[in-house]
Amino acid sequence: MSILVGRETRLVVQGITGREGEFHSRAMQAYGTNIVAGVTPGKGGSMALDGSVPVYDTVAEAVAQAGANTSIIFVPAAGATDAVMEAALSGIATIFCIAEHIPALDMLKAVEVVRRAGATLVGPNCPGATTPGQAKVGIIPGSIHLPGRVGVVSRSGTLTYEAVQAMTDAGLGQSTCLGIGGDPIIGTTHLDALKLFAADPDTDAIVMIGEIGGTAEEEAAAWAAEHLAHLPKVAFIAGRTAPEGKRMGHAGAIISGGSGTAASKTAALEAAGFRVALSPTQLPKLLREAGYKG
Amino acid sequence: MKIQESDAKSLLLARGLPVPAWTVARTPAAARQAAEAILAGGEDKVVIKALVLVGGRGKAGGVKLAGSADEAEQVADAILGMNIKGITVQKVLVAAAADIIKEFYLAAVLDRKSQRIILMGSAEGGIDIEEVAATRPEAIIREAAHPHLGLLPWQARRLVFGMGLGAHLKDAVKIATGLVETMLVNDADLVEINPLAIIREAGPDGSPVERLVCLDAKVTLDDSALGRHPDLAAMRDLDEEDPTDRIAREQGISFIKLDGNIGCMVNGAGLAMTTMDLVKQAGGAPANFLDIGGGARSDKVAAAMALILSDPKVEAILVNIFGGIARGDEVARGLVRARKEQARSVPMVVRIVGTNADVAAQILEAEKVATAASLDEAVSMAVAAARASAGGAA
Repeated sequence: MSILVGRETRLVVQGITGREGEFHSRAMQAYGTNIVAGVTPGKGGSMALDGSVPVYDTVAEAVAQAGANTSIIFVPAAGATDAVMEAALSGIATIFCIAEHIPALDMLKAVEVVRRAGATLVGPNCPGATTPGQAKVGIIPGSIHLPGRVGVVSRSGTLTYEAVQAMTDAGLGQSTCLGIGGDPIIGTTHLDALKLFAADPDTDAIVMIGEIGGTAEEEAAAWAAEHLAHLPKVAFIAGRTAPEGKRMGHAGAIISGGSGTAASKTAALEAAGFRVALSPTQLPKLLREAGYKG
Repeated sequence: MKIQESDAKSLLLARGLPVPAWTVARTPAAARQAAEAILAGGEDKVVIKALVLVGGRGKAGGVKLAGSADEAEQVADAILGMNIKGITVQKVLVAAAADIIKEFYLAAVLDRKSQRIILMGSAEGGIDIEEVAATRPEAIIREAAHPHLGLLPWQARRLVFGMGLGAHLKDAVKIATGLVETMLVNDADLVEINPLAIIREAGPDGSPVERLVCLDAKVTLDDSALGRHPDLAAMRDLDEEDPTDRIAREQGISFIKLDGNIGCMVNGAGLAMTTMDLVKQAGGAPANFLDIGGGARSDKVAAAMALILSDPKVEAILVNIFGGIARGDEVARGLVRARKEQARSVPMVVRIVGTNADVAAQILEAEKVATAASLDEAVSMAVAAARASAGGAA
């Protein structure tokens, strides 16, 4: 199923009756995602999406009665970590959290709960994931994708769309496109994503998109050098012109104490065998040069 | 959000931590008055420190000692109005100059890699900790607080013994635990004491005693949590906030001013950074980072345009929108409206793709706005427009 989402996905939408939740649920359903349930406390027993999806009061009911195995959370920041922990402790295996502006210390606690429960969290502050032609869980426009065998992982939203569009325009399809989010504390890191792609028989090449701040790209690169030597790998890092000490929109995008610069990430990636593009539009060409034949 | 040393110290005091008394003065006369009170209490000297939200104030001459009220007034007069890394000093902190026996470093930080709050301590305090970390990493001792349990007492003890503070075990454990508490209670990203110091002072009977105190404090708060801490949000130092930054913050627009002449308006932080990078690569210079955010409505677009044009150096504008949640037509309408309202005319290049890009193209075409299909093309058009515009002005 590529990684994280696919035909086996049985999705519950937490916050399905909200404005954002309903809008994106319709788009996900139109893409072919199997939405089996919605959760809105107090609206259990009703139906959502023109009568096609049952709404429950709790995630536990959505798991027990509708067989949900994946959750997407369209709950605003104030209630988002509670929703994440509810999903993790109700038997959901894969949880996507879209909300932005969640306090980092709240997320620290939630990530620990998710880890203990053996679940996988993607996000927060992320656009979700799409396995082209199978399922889209999140807010990435479905139209930009092409089914294929390149795994894409990114910390950004619209920058991911830009890169994926460039790939699709060049005829390079994707196995799964995954946005992991721009916050300092996130459930799935670049390294986690690379491990998933490495174990996926449907992925033959890697596109990794990073940005300034933290050292997650460097850690992923070090692992890839050892374990992904056989795969064509390309990368792009945003923020070469970002000044030090300023938070560039994303809470996690900040160069501090000379660490987390685009230069250090680029150097680590190149040392690990990635070809690093200077523009997202160069990614398809570099992937070809790296030997990708798909 | 960064807060001033005085506010950071008040957060430590609120957790019961030992912080020597201080006064904030905005005028030389007020600094003199504060110094008089301290010297009358039997102290030999006062320290006067510039209150600014940038590091390196000591090296810049923003921290000085004074031995008399006259001298304190003169020193305060010199520091107030001083420019430290682009910030004009508007207030100083006045406190008794400590008789320091030994300095240490102690900080609670949110560590992204381990996803833990880490307490970092070192016997090499009062200096640049990043230098210690780079050259002698073994001189820094770390303890990770559990996300739910916090820093346990035995961890605090292990840290304190490791730092060589065993002689002050009880006080040091209280400070170590207190730093983590300060972080948790206030949703801070960083609580740093540099230096944490053993000082010599007069005991109750007049004879000298040693005491462990927090001599300096630096706290940064999580912007995402300010909504639930109105008292902390009020600590934002408006003296140091550029008026443009304030407007951007109130409009919910991420905006950072840079030095160039090409104004950028983009949706999404990663794409906004990329757009800046590509402008630079094409030989241009970005005037700003600007992310209008998801689902940008036309009024927000107009506000973003006004922000960009408030910088007189801007000679061309590049709009780059990849519609997802944001609808291209909404942005296009906002741009058209903003151009009719704007005070000065600057060439603009617009690239809108994704959701409703076709409608956007029709709107922009009807208004004769220059458009580009690809990101690379949009960037080179904007760089050329800025060059032509700059050439015309010369």
